[in-house]
Amino acid sequence: MSIAPLKIREALLQKIHAHGVETYPHECCGALLGSDGEFSREVVDLLPLENRRDDSPRNRFELTPDDVRLAEKTAADKQLELIGWYHSHPDAPARPSEFDREHAWPWYSYIIVSVEKGEPRDTTSWRLRDDRSGYQAEAIESEARSASS
Amino acid sequence: MAVKVIIPTPLRAYAGRQASVELQAATVAEALSALTAKFGDLKKHLYSDDGRLRSFVNVYVNDEDIRYLQKDQTRLNEGDTVSIVPSIAGGAGNGRAL
Repeated sequence: MSIAPLKIREALLQKIHAHGVETYPHECCGALLGSDGEFSREVVDLLPLENRRDDSPRNRFELTPDDVRLAEKTAADKQLELIGWYHSHPDAPARPSEFDREHAWPWYSYIIVSVEKGEPRDTTSWRLRDDRSGYQAEAIESEARSASS
Repeated sequence: MAVKVIIPTPLRAYAGRQASVELQAATVAEALSALTAKFGDLKKHLYSDDGRLRSFVNVYVNDEDIRYLQKDQTRLNEGDTVSIVPSIAGGAGNGRAL
């Protein structure tokens, strides 16, 4: 089944990149707030959060249930929905790992940005398949990308 | 007794698109069991293959994490609210991409 592209303004993508650079060589993470419809999904705002994995922050991230509740409340206060999460892969490809898959939830969009030697490289987005067998790539549509394609 | 189970957004598609479900249950275990009996597709997202609640699935009874109560044997009272709250984890792991 095909899924609608994820729309996000270039300025918000830049914010995710900046967060990944700021926390490098550790993983950054945060919430995607926006709207979800049958034919479109759009990120309208971000909620940067603190990576709770003190023991292995270079290749793991974790957010607590309280972080999730905060993200849900922040979204609701802005009349938005919590539609997914972003995180960085320092010096690793912007592709979901087996560890990502084991811990993923369906429906959410998962944006991954690779940060190589402190510089943001690729940005991708993914959704877990219904049967949890893997991910489906979700196209990212941003103003700058549309203009350059 | 009648309790309300709050379904988190990512799982609503597997629960008839409902945000909450009213069930009869005396314990958290009974509530989750009744929920997955009603909506079979929820099972693989709540439980791992060995039948345990996935580690990133958190259950609250009226704002109290059941890990600090009697876990899934926590008793429920009429009108209690059972919330399923995700925790989120991931990361590059050992660099092994799918």
